[in-house]
Amino acid sequence: MTELTTVEEILERKSHSVRRDPKLAHTHDMHESLLELEAKGEIILQRVPEPFVEVTTKYGRLKKIPVEHTWHHKSCGQCGHIPGYTSSIFWLHRQLGLDYVDPTDQTSCTGWNYYASATSNMAAQASVMSRNFATAYETGYFPLIHCGTSFGHYKEVREQLVQDKELRDEVRRVMDKLGKPLVIPEEIVHYSEWVHIMRGKFAERQVVDLSGITATVHPACHYYKVVAEDAIYDPDIYGGQRMATVTTMLKALGINVADYSTWFDCCGFGFRHILVERDFTRSFAVQRKIEVMKNEVNPDLVVTHDTGCVTTLDKSQFSGKAHGRNVGIPVLSDAQVAALAMGAHPFRVVQFHWHSTDWRPFLEKLGIDWQKYWDEFQVDLDAIRAGTKSGVTWADADQPVVYGNK
Amino acid sequence: MPTTLENWNPGKAENRHPEVAYEVKERLFLETKNDPRYHEFLYGCYECGICVSACPTARFYDYSPKVIAQAMAREDVERIYDIISEDIWNCAQCFSCVRCPRQNNPGGLVTILREVAVKSGLQETKDVLQGYSRVIYKVMLKGNQVSPDMLQPDLFADWGPWVQNFSANMPIWKKAIPVDSIRGVTDAAWKVDRKTLLELYTIWFETGSMEIIKEVDEGLYDLLSDIMQEELEEG
Repeated sequence: MTELTTVEEILERKSHSVRRDPKLAHTHDMHESLLELEAKGEIILQRVPEPFVEVTTKYGRLKKIPVEHTWHHKSCGQCGHIPGYTSSIFWLHRQLGLDYVDPTDQTSCTGWNYYASATSNMAAQASVMSRNFATAYETGYFPLIHCGTSFGHYKEVREQLVQDKELRDEVRRVMDKLGKPLVIPEEIVHYSEWVHIMRGKFAERQVVDLSGITATVHPACHYYKVVAEDAIYDPDIYGGQRMATVTTMLKALGINVADYSTWFDCCGFGFRHILVERDFTRSFAVQRKIEVMKNEVNPDLVVTHDTGCVTTLDKSQFSGKAHGRNVGIPVLSDAQVAALAMGAHPFRVVQFHWHSTDWRPFLEKLGIDWQKYWDEFQVDLDAIRAGTKSGVTWADADQPVVYGNK
Repeated sequence: MPTTLENWNPGKAENRHPEVAYEVKERLFLETKNDPRYHEFLYGCYECGICVSACPTARFYDYSPKVIAQAMAREDVERIYDIISEDIWNCAQCFSCVRCPRQNNPGGLVTILREVAVKSGLQETKDVLQGYSRVIYKVMLKGNQVSPDMLQPDLFADWGPWVQNFSANMPIWKKAIPVDSIRGVTDAAWKVDRKTLLELYTIWFETGSMEIIKEVDEGLYDLLSDIMQEELEEG
C-alpha cells in the first residue's frame, strides 16, 4: 500500500526538473500501443471496415469513420426516453442503403450508473465494454456508439486497458469464462461523427428548406471533454477551437447556427442528479443554458448529440415556464434534424410526441402541417389498440414524406 | 516519527469528524492514492480556479474542484474525509474541470473517491444511494440503465403534464417505433437476449461487483444475487 508523502520526498522531487514520458502525456496517441498489443497477441484489434472517411481530431490525428457495416451500440436513455433519436439514426442509414446491424446481444455500457453511483470497478466496466466489442467483432460489423457517455467512457476504459497489464489479464480471464476474445476496435466512433461525414449526402436528399431556422448547439461534455484528443475539430468551425460535429451538419443543411456565451457549460444532467436530485438539474438547464440562449439569440431550436443533454434541456423547461422564466425552445438531436430535413415522418420516425417542450411552432415555421401527420399516426395507434396491427414497422416508416416546401 | 505532510503543514483542516479515527481517514485516502488512475488525475494545483469557473456544481452547491485537488495534493487527510463523506456526491461528472492548465482531473479524483466510499460502506454513502437502488437493480438485472416504465408521474411531476399523458400512452407509443430491437419493450430500453444477460451476470460475480452492492445495500444484494444465481443455474 502507498504511504503518505514525506517532506523529504517532496524536497527531493523539487530538487531537479521532472521529465515526463511523452508516451504517458494526455495528448499521446495510444494507437501505436494498440498495434504493439496486437503484435504480442494480447488483443484482437478490429479494423475500421471500408469504406471509411478520415477526419481530423483535436491535435491533428486522422480518425477513420466507417460509412457502413456498423454494429449499433444503442443508448439506453435514447431507446428508453427519446426513441425518435434512435429511429432517426437507423432511418438515415436505410435511406442511404447502408448496411448495419441492430443487435439484441448488446448491453448498456453501464457508464451512467458508474458516474452516478460508483457501484462498479475498473474490471467490471472494462469487461462490459469488452463483451460488447467482442460481440460486435463476432458479427463482423464495426461498433458505432450512439451515446456520448458510452463513447467517452469507453475511450477512458480503452486507455486503462492499454496502460494496465493487470487489468488486461483480469478482463481476459473474465472473457475466457464467457468464451469471448479480448477485442478493442481500432477507433471508438460516436454516431455524430458518422453524421458529420455523411452531411453532404443528407444535404443532397434534403426536402425541407431550413434556411429560415436559427439553432444553437449544445456540445455534449462526454463527447469532447473526456479523452479530448479523440474528438473531431475543423478549422472552419470556430477557428478549430470547438468541436466540429453537429455544427457542420446543421450548416450543411442551411441552418443558421448562432453562438451563445455559455456554450461550454454542461446541460445539468449530472447522472445521479437527473434521477434523484433534479432541483440542481432543472435550475442549471434553465438558468445557464436555455434562458441564456433565449436571451442572447432566441433560437428556433437547440440541437445536441447526446442522450442526457436532449432529455435534460427538453424536460427541464416546464419548471422554468412555471416560474415565469424565459424558456420555450424545442430540443432535438442532430440525427433527428437530419432525418426531418430528408422527409422523415415527424411521429413514425422523429417521434416528436416523446419531447415535452412545445415543438409545434418549430414545425409550423417550416410549413409542416404537423396535425395532418399526427392524425395519420393516430390511425396507426388505433389499429395497434384494436389489435389489427402489431406495431409501426419500417414498412410504415421508410417512405419519406413529401412536405412540398422545397 | 518521519515528517509527513500530515504533521508538518500548519494549514490543515481541523478535525470535523472526531467520531471517526484518524487511521480510518488515512486508510481511505491511501486507498484513493493507491488507485492506478490517481497519478494521472493529479499533478499539483496552480490555484488558478479555472476548474471552479467551469464547474456547474460550484454554481449551486458549496463545492469546489480546486479544494479537492488541493486537499489531495497536500494529503490533507481530515479535509479529504470531509470531501469523501459528502462533497463527492455533488459532482455532476461532466468533466468540465479538465480545462485545468496543470492537466488535473478533479472529476476523475471524485470517481476514485466515490469508488472508495462505496467499497468502504460509509454510512453517508449508503444514505446518498438509498434512493438510487431501483436504478442499480435495473442496470444490473436488465442490462439497461433506464426504461420507459421508470417515468412515473409521481416521480417526475416537475416535467409537467406531459408525463401524465406519456404514462397513459407509453405502452402503445412504444409499439409505434419502427426499430425492431426497441418496439414494444417497456421494462427495458431494448430487447436483450437471455444469453447476453447471463454473460452480464457472470461479469458482475467475477469482477466483485456484487460484493460492492452488498456493502451499500444488503437487501438489494440478496434480491439481485438470488435472481442472478437462479438464472445462471438454469442457463
